[in-house]
Amino acid sequence: MSPRAGQLVQLNPKTAPPFPEAAKADLRDTQLRRNVARATDTIQRKRGALVAEKTDWQALRDAGAAIRHEALANLDRYLLQFEESFQAAGGTVHWAANAAEANRIVLGILRERDAREVIKIKSMTTAEIGLNEFLEQHNVAAYETDLAELILQLGKDQPSHIVVPALHKNRQQVRDIFARTMGLPELSDDPEALTAAARQYLREKFLRVKTAICGANFLIAETGAVTIVESEGNGRMCLTLPETLIAVVGIEKVIPRFADLEVLLQTLPRSATGERMNPYNSIWSGVVPGDGPKDMHVVLLDNGRTRVLRDAIGRQTLQCIRCGACQNACPVYRQSGGHAYGSVYAGPIGAILTPQLEDMRHAQSLPFASSLCGACYEVCPVKINIPEVLVHLRSRVVDRGRRKLSSLFDQERAGMMMMAAIFANRRRYEAAQRLARTGQSTIHHGDAWYHWLPGMAGRWTETRDLAPLPQQTFREWWQQRGQQ
Amino acid sequence: MRIALFITCYNDTLFPRTGQSVVRVLERLGHTVEFPLEQTCCGQMHFNTGYRREAYPLAKRFVETFADAEAVCIPSSSCVAMIREYYPALAHENKDAEMAAGVQRMLPRVFEFSELLVDRLGVTDVGAYFPHRVTYHASCHGLRSLHLGDKPLQLLRAVRGLELVPLENVEQCCGFGGTFAVKNADVSAAMLTEKTRAVLNTRAEVCTACDNSCLMHMQGMLHRQFAGVRTLHIAEVLAGAEDAPA
Repeated sequence: MSPRAGQLVQLNPKTAPPFPEAAKADLRDTQLRRNVARATDTIQRKRGALVAEKTDWQALRDAGAAIRHEALANLDRYLLQFEESFQAAGGTVHWAANAAEANRIVLGILRERDAREVIKIKSMTTAEIGLNEFLEQHNVAAYETDLAELILQLGKDQPSHIVVPALHKNRQQVRDIFARTMGLPELSDDPEALTAAARQYLREKFLRVKTAICGANFLIAETGAVTIVESEGNGRMCLTLPETLIAVVGIEKVIPRFADLEVLLQTLPRSATGERMNPYNSIWSGVVPGDGPKDMHVVLLDNGRTRVLRDAIGRQTLQCIRCGACQNACPVYRQSGGHAYGSVYAGPIGAILTPQLEDMRHAQSLPFASSLCGACYEVCPVKINIPEVLVHLRSRVVDRGRRKLSSLFDQERAGMMMMAAIFANRRRYEAAQRLARTGQSTIHHGDAWYHWLPGMAGRWTETRDLAPLPQQTFREWWQQRGQQ
Repeated sequence: MRIALFITCYNDTLFPRTGQSVVRVLERLGHTVEFPLEQTCCGQMHFNTGYRREAYPLAKRFVETFADAEAVCIPSSSCVAMIREYYPALAHENKDAEMAAGVQRMLPRVFEFSELLVDRLGVTDVGAYFPHRVTYHASCHGLRSLHLGDKPLQLLRAVRGLELVPLENVEQCCGFGGTFAVKNADVSAAMLTEKTRAVLNTRAEVCTACDNSCLMHMQGMLHRQFAGVRTLHIAEVLAGAEDAPA
């Protein structure tokens, strides 16, 4: 059992514990680790097979990156174009500078229609702004209809993955949650029985509730369309049955043209769920009489994104199409699971997105939560160079710290400064090598390995031994050899 | 050919035998090895930990030290990756046109050790003898930054007496990651546990790689466990000979 098991997980970057601390607790949860490894292995295997069959995969990645880059480089223009075309098609566009504004806008729309309950399609953006909690405080019940989101909502849990939010739960755990909250003590853990129970639970809500809230995979500037891809059909229900539909969408989700979907709808499903095509692809271009919602709203959310755009290296983060492939490929995420990232955006993409959305004021441990192995960059369908952004953000964290008086007492910083001074000069470097060996001889005898070291190095020897310094450096050997 | 050796700071200090083995292999193939004594560190540790400002003078120093080399041999994938991927950016962001030009001139002549042998010198059989069961760990930088592919394996397959066994999940990181190993020591240890389990499953006596950093990490846990597996840089395996076993 995890030390955190049974506690309510809060994914708030402003209050979350640092990654190493949260991960340490979650690493002890054996069930979690088994679930995460199994699920990510399965998706990766499926993805690998489907990517391998595309001979033009690298060209598709280049094309996807170019589309997303073009959209972000001209975001002002494409957002206005989207607004114009969406409104021309009968929809309404709202602009929200931050989470609070977006929540108020959504509540305002609901109040005008006297809506006391809403059905929801899985949306990380509404999780980012804490919309469900906000609505609950204002006496509006939000029902999640995506199977994974339903599991989390009923289990009072939080998403640990952007595509498979309940990836950290296995079916026995899902059974327990459903049995308890739906009053079905006899429920089996057979996947068909579980989905049937969810279907039963949700069907009545689909038919009753008149308002739906969704996110979007893409907004198309050219046609004013909202694009949603999904696997379960719950999304299609939410998009077709209600009278009012509200999409809360990050401003970076816009793409220039309808034709861009040709590329992105090939790379997204392969990367996300290991499918050639999503089972349900909905593209809504405004209000159509007699078909779907009569009242459509898009709330365009900034919430820090414009600021991210200002950073020449960091801005590529916004190219993300939320496929989660980096999470599945990440060896760190594989061990820690998603909650340790303290944000709805877990894994490598979360490690670069969250601190930037927080203006580098919170979540500062996240850029360091990576071994820089590059597996994320390799699988990214829009070629976000995540390791490059990680090391860039690390330097932003370090540079902020330079201005603080407390940095003078920072062991790591002192060590780094000393090493930089040593490496700057050959004689100093050679003297440091000799000094280290002399120092070793006072505490160490023979060729025994270190099992314990002081300070930060002690984190190494908690689980690993360290060989003693050899009696001769390479350069000493080389110089000695030259003299012979 | 005259080959300048950049030994790297940690090989110089912690793994001198790797450098000696590189010299031995290259000289056995008839090349001349030079060792510019002004060399220190490529700046990778500082750069990757966020001390970009401190990494810049070290990068500049490297470029100046090796400016005239015919070929630079580096027995460390991660240091080569640092130079290839980030030196141009460091020169650019410090508006250092001289360094930028130096980097551009130098990059085609910078090789990781196995790259130098296979791509530049065109050899896969270096005349080595190493009668042991060996598994090869593909370091992340070698795999994804340098795209070494099967070059190290070609070299190992040509070694007489060597029994090469594949490592499962070979593309998965060992969890070292420089300062990551201490800043995120617990996650790092969990990753390392998976890696050493894979190594032990091969029943190999020796695990080799193109990076001593990964090997130091793996050896750290294997030693703690009295696992009976040693780690050796690929240069040390390739230096083995009948009259002088590695």
